[in-house]
Amino acid sequence: MSLVEIIGLSAHFPTHDGIVKAVDRIDLNIEDTETLGLIGETGSGKSVLGLSITRLLPPTAIVEGKIIYKGRNLLTVSEDDIRKIRGGEITNILQNPTTSLNPVVKIGEQIAEAIRLHQGLNKKEAKEKAIEMLDAVKVPSPSKRAQQYPHEFSGGMKQRVMIAIGLACDPFFIIADEPTKGLDVTIKVQIVDLMKEMTEHKTMLLITHDLGVAAAMCDRIALMYAGEIVECATPLDLFEKPMHPYTRGFLNSLPHRGLTPIQGMSPSLINYPDGCRFSPRCEYVNEECIHHHPDMFRIECEHFVRCFNARS
Amino acid sequence: MLDYLIKRLIQIIPVLLLVSIISFSIIYIAPGDPAMTLCAGPDGQVDPEYVEEFTKKYGLDQPLYVQYFTWLKNVLHGDFGYSYKTQQPVWDIVLSAFHATLKLAIVSLVISLIISIPLGIISAIKQNSLTDTFCMIGATLGVSMPNFWLGCLLMLIFAVSINWLPAAGYGDGGDLEHIILPAITLGVSSAAITARLMRSSMVESLSQDYILTARAKGVSERTITLKHAMKNALIPVVTMIGLNFGFLLNGSPVVETIFCWPGLGELTVRSMEMRDHMVVQGCMIFIALLFIAVNLVVDISYKFLDPRISYENE
Repeated sequence: MSLVEIIGLSAHFPTHDGIVKAVDRIDLNIEDTETLGLIGETGSGKSVLGLSITRLLPPTAIVEGKIIYKGRNLLTVSEDDIRKIRGGEITNILQNPTTSLNPVVKIGEQIAEAIRLHQGLNKKEAKEKAIEMLDAVKVPSPSKRAQQYPHEFSGGMKQRVMIAIGLACDPFFIIADEPTKGLDVTIKVQIVDLMKEMTEHKTMLLITHDLGVAAAMCDRIALMYAGEIVECATPLDLFEKPMHPYTRGFLNSLPHRGLTPIQGMSPSLINYPDGCRFSPRCEYVNEECIHHHPDMFRIECEHFVRCFNARS
Repeated sequence: MLDYLIKRLIQIIPVLLLVSIISFSIIYIAPGDPAMTLCAGPDGQVDPEYVEEFTKKYGLDQPLYVQYFTWLKNVLHGDFGYSYKTQQPVWDIVLSAFHATLKLAIVSLVISLIISIPLGIISAIKQNSLTDTFCMIGATLGVSMPNFWLGCLLMLIFAVSINWLPAAGYGDGGDLEHIILPAITLGVSSAAITARLMRSSMVESLSQDYILTARAKGVSERTITLKHAMKNALIPVVTMIGLNFGFLLNGSPVVETIFCWPGLGELTVRSMEMRDHMVVQGCMIFIALLFIAVNLVVDISYKFLDPRISYENE
């Protein structure tokens, strides 16, 4: 059963040069208790998709489509209702913990704030719960650390704090944006283990460009290119039987697969090609690809791909 | 923290010495002889004998450095000299003027903060809207209006035309009626600068990632503005407020003179006119001390505003 159903979601940003279509008519189901990975290169629209679910995009963004959660469309519920859902039932673990924590507010308070808002605990109880959360994300001497400020924490520790904030109110759905970005390999492994442990029975959308992290944590992976999803499959299928030429190119650009770059440049987010958005860079391109925009085709029961060539 | 304080206090000594040397020299370079000015009779004629006696009595015939060291020696003994004109101790005159200035400075600061902080916040929240433009045009007007002009204008409106408030004077020990007009004059100009800084500082805070984190936690816009953004935005603003308060404490010669407010600024100007050198020198030292003190308080207040700042290991 799907917990969150995204239907035809677009997030466009008007700029001086034209409309930036960061997310363009995306359909995505997130099943209950699954971890869905959203991968893609920088600028493919992953983070915008994550933020648009809880309506955290700036007011200039034009967001269309539907996001159905528990029978309600999150894009049309009132401002008060979405605020109650944010940080409580659905949480965003934002990227860049260094800049995402308020430098002049104590760590304990930054966690307790969400607890007070969503769980109706008083100041003292919330503070205790915040210390429990710090302990749960394995921050040593949590009651002392709760009294400290972000600049007294290392990068990995700040990421743990971000996770603690995201999980403090026992959410149904977690949107984690690049939780391992900028961390050392050893710290990255610790964070991945921690997240796996803490989100075991939870639903999560994991946004990353780290395929190793996605493979280790996800039940399914969706690959984004130029504002849309081009392939969606289980990690095994995606890595072993990639169907989309972009997926193959993406995988071949990994260090252990030879570091082969994909020819050409990503398209401008303002003017997409008329047909398949990957067609200008694709070596299997034909007439149909240039003039028609492909839909998602189902290859196997859990394997979808947006490519005319994969259809046959 | 204590080490830091001691270090800062020691730094005061050379600053004061330098200030005293510079002001002492400038006073003596300036044209005009205190003896000639102060000994002139009611119709302008000068009695040479009297002038000679005056010059001898205050050692004004000595070389400059001798006069300076005599003055310095007395100051180190806690004696700032006596006014040539009134024969009162300089320190008493300066303190009583400071008392008047302090009253005016506090009321001006309160007025300035009441105007500037909300104005800056509203402008920042409604960035680039009509409200914002309106507030910032007001702030620019406030900065551009000269003090003496605004003071006269207020006097014309509230004292002359509608006769609500007294035009000038200190009244009964600087009562509220008398303080309002000069305080508004001083408050408005410092509010204008603070409001602009508050706006830009708030705009910057509101665009930071931690604001998005707060929003993602479900925090209301009101709390985001007043807690998460303002706490960060106030850090540079406090420096500005401190500096402003420093200037206010030194007394504004222009505003105090217009409103006949017997404060430090007015005292300095008046004693310069009278060539009352001892009083001018006393004012200079006192003003320098005030400025240093205000700066020190501002620096220490950072520690409480910004936890990243520590004075422990400097």
